[in-house]
Amino acid sequence: MNAIEINDLTVAYQDKPVLWDLDLTVPSGILMAVVGPNGAGKTTLIKAILGLIDPAAGQVLVQGKPYRRQRHLLAYVPQRGSVDWDFPTSVLDVVMMGRYGALGWIRRPGGRERALAMQALDKVGMTDLAERQISQLSGGQQQRVFLARALVQDACIYLMDEPFQGVDAKTERAIMDVLRELRDTGNTVIAVHHALQTVPEYFDWVTLLNVRLIAAGPVKEAFTEANIRLAYSGRVPFHSGTSNGTSNGDGSGKGDGDDADDAPWLSALR
Amino acid sequence: MDAGRLLHDLFFDYTLRTVALGAMALGVVSGTLGAFAVLRRQSLLGDAISHAALPGIVLAFMFTGAKDPLWLVVGAAVAGWLGALTVMWIVRQSRLPEDTALGIVLSVFFGIGLVLLTYVQREPTASQAGLNTFLFGQAATLVVDDVIVIAVLGSVALGVVALFWKEFKLLSFDREFGKSLGIGMRGIDVLLTTVLVIAIVIGLQTVGVVLMSAMVVAPAAAARQWTDSLGVMVVLSAVFGALGGVTGAVASSTAAGIPTGPAIVLAVTMVVVLSIALAPRRGLVWEWVRHKRNQQTVRTGAVLTDLYALASHHKERGHGHKLAVLQAMDARRGGVRRTLDVLASRGLAARAADDTWSLTEQGEQEARAEIARREGDDA
Amino acid sequence: MSTIDIEIQLIAVVVAVSCALPGVYLVLRRMAMMSDAISHTVLLGIVLAFFVTGDIASPLLIIAAAATGMLTVTLVESVRGTRLVTQDAAIGLVFPALFSIAVILISRYAGDVHLDTDAVLLGELAFAPFTRLEVGGVDLGPKTLYVMGGVLLLNVGFIITFYKELKLTTFDAALAASLGFSPVLLHYAFMGLVSVTAVGAFDAVGSVLVVALMIVPPAGAYLLTEKLRWMIVLSALLGASSALAGYWVAWVADASIAGSIASVTGAQFLLIFLLAPERGVIAQSMRRARQRVEFAQLMLAIHLLNHEGTPEAERESRESELHEHLRWSPKFVARIVRLAEREELIEREAGGLRLTPAGRAVARSAIAA
Repeated sequence: MNAIEINDLTVAYQDKPVLWDLDLTVPSGILMAVVGPNGAGKTTLIKAILGLIDPAAGQVLVQGKPYRRQRHLLAYVPQRGSVDWDFPTSVLDVVMMGRYGALGWIRRPGGRERALAMQALDKVGMTDLAERQISQLSGGQQQRVFLARALVQDACIYLMDEPFQGVDAKTERAIMDVLRELRDTGNTVIAVHHALQTVPEYFDWVTLLNVRLIAAGPVKEAFTEANIRLAYSGRVPFHSGTSNGTSNGDGSGKGDGDDADDAPWLSALR
Repeated sequence: MDAGRLLHDLFFDYTLRTVALGAMALGVVSGTLGAFAVLRRQSLLGDAISHAALPGIVLAFMFTGAKDPLWLVVGAAVAGWLGALTVMWIVRQSRLPEDTALGIVLSVFFGIGLVLLTYVQREPTASQAGLNTFLFGQAATLVVDDVIVIAVLGSVALGVVALFWKEFKLLSFDREFGKSLGIGMRGIDVLLTTVLVIAIVIGLQTVGVVLMSAMVVAPAAAARQWTDSLGVMVVLSAVFGALGGVTGAVASSTAAGIPTGPAIVLAVTMVVVLSIALAPRRGLVWEWVRHKRNQQTVRTGAVLTDLYALASHHKERGHGHKLAVLQAMDARRGGVRRTLDVLASRGLAARAADDTWSLTEQGEQEARAEIARREGDDA
Repeated sequence: MSTIDIEIQLIAVVVAVSCALPGVYLVLRRMAMMSDAISHTVLLGIVLAFFVTGDIASPLLIIAAAATGMLTVTLVESVRGTRLVTQDAAIGLVFPALFSIAVILISRYAGDVHLDTDAVLLGELAFAPFTRLEVGGVDLGPKTLYVMGGVLLLNVGFIITFYKELKLTTFDAALAASLGFSPVLLHYAFMGLVSVTAVGAFDAVGSVLVVALMIVPPAGAYLLTEKLRWMIVLSALLGASSALAGYWVAWVADASIAGSIASVTGAQFLLIFLLAPERGVIAQSMRRARQRVEFAQLMLAIHLLNHEGTPEAERESRESELHEHLRWSPKFVARIVRLAEREELIEREAGGLRLTPAGRAVARSAIAA
């Protein structure tokens, strides 16, 4: 069965389109990159799959059913910058938050949740930092904590927003190892990605976005220079080597929407 | 009044005991909820809520015609809650920033309260005087019924925090992730705000409308300095709140002419000042000591390597070097003599009678290690 | 209407305009709550200066009060500078503490003089005309009017002189610094202005009305205009009109003037909030409803374009199935199809929908953008 099926999805912030009529089918058991320029709607796509944003039209099916009933199958790794890292809490505590959904109302996390969290921390190589306060972590360690938090959700589909943003090379390798292991055990991983040069090495599938879908499919077929050119409107940051450098401004989905602001599309109708 | 007498009265004097219990209860509740408010950067929401409560209090008084604590609290809560929702509404529906929305709600609701107050103050009922205490609080007017209302509503508030502990934590740390787990975060937000309103209105009679917000901010800001765990922070904040409440309320009811609100606020402010100064690891004194220690390490390292450089020109170990030479080499840093004394006390340098200095064998090793460390840093 | 009535109204208008001017920048700089802090802490300066001079009318009181306003700003900045608490908490810590000291000093040591905390907090405009300015035995009018007139001139002068600098540091402090304007210096100068205004106004109308007059009219003006110049003018007008209206409400209802003015600013803001032509709640929701329909037509056109010439085109363009694909209600689909047809973006064809050339062009240019 397909992990994700997106039909005619349009998402708009205050009637400014961020995603236009998107059709996308993601098979199970793959590692998929979502690439595109700033304001292409990458974060928005992830959030729409998670049901964090209501679409203007279309729908998302998770393993054949609307996501509202399938939430337990999805795990989310938000952008690292989206939270206050000075919050008084420990690494282990943050990881255990991944179990809150399964716990339901009122019940408190206990020994079982603690054990699961420690397992997840082991997978990302951070058991010895379990009791550390989160403000004392490096960027790479913070990203690994978020990954561990998603791992304890015990989901089938992992949605990650720029997992490699601002992390060191060692963390990047560690994260990739975990993602490959997830894929090899039948899970699906979808990650917003910025470094085009690592797409063929890291991922099996790729989705090229620029407000609408440019191409999607196995990397060999879809990740062609023509498609990349199309997605980046001719301005391909491919050989610059610092394609990451332009990614900093691409923050939340709201930023995405703002970027699409200048589009003169609306005047087309008047 | 001496301390022993005060302690005796605290337990056996009816008025003092009532006041202390009431102040303690409200300190615990506002401290607990304040921790969440401060972490969510909503420190000033409490100010808007407490000011917004005024018209509710006055209306409750006008309708019931008496100073029934329960009705006044209910009136305050409804108005305060409306004020908080109005802030959210303005921020959602317009481009006005949150602090402007807070200022609007605070001043306009309070203004409406003032208008209503003129009507009440015209009626020469005996109990209207009690209404005035809502501005700055007057602990001495607390009676057992008030304390019961505080305790019951406060317990409800604390119970909600206990039940929804993990949801409140999630809301404060990572709201979006909570939403992705399928937890209704907007509902949780409204619930937490509602409990915050309860925490504020039960303190109005004791602390007053104007200063109640400090009971929300100060204990939590102090508690944050001592711990990196949310649970410990909330408990500490509650303890600080209780401490400030009791100290202030007792001070106010034993000395003439001190309104309770200001007394309590100054008590909790003292706790904040001490915490910011003294808290381990984060505190300013700690920071200063760490800074000094770093400076000392840099200095000893510099003098050590200077001595080593001088020694390398001489064959025999223990050849003395003049203090003045060392001072010249280390001109910018100063404090060479003190640093040499430190080195000597650690057995790294030795002083000869004519105030010349040399490295010991151990000192030589240490100097080599220091040089290696520096080169390592450069690499 | 007696002379007293006219004088009260005149004072109210001058106070309102004086407060609205710096208020514009407080709102834009996201420092609205500093007005709350300063308007409370100036009391401490007044009390301390009173203890020194023993004279409630001494001009030293105003200087000391303005100095406490600056002290408040400095303390907030330095508490925040420790990085141990956030900005909002810093404000919430500093001003209650300073205000508490003032209240305790008053009730312990000055209970018998005219330093009544209630009056300070609530203000009583009705009494303002009773303190007269007399020179050589000639009555020149209420003293407050002169004080606030001076403050008003000061504010107008400052804003005109430093208009460009204020604008720059408000919108882009970093750019201002790089161009050689010191944002910090201007910040303190501006906060000094706010303090002086708060002192003068608070004597007449009480601290809470100071907040209302500084924040609410500029907030309303911010929803009415895009231009800073107009925002300043509108704020002054809104402030002055609520001062007059508030006075008459208080007169009719026989209630506190300060409270009435604050209430009227609130009512005025509510009206603007709901009815403002561009940014009002009603205008926005109407615009959204209209855009939703226009946007839906465009979505429909793009949907048809995307599936043109594909194997599933027939299925995707069937009107009866559109609500399935787009997840719209059948009623909404019918309405959009009808409208798009009238706009000649689409046409019906054998049970399905097809783009007209015009519709195709619109859809193409929309996704090309």
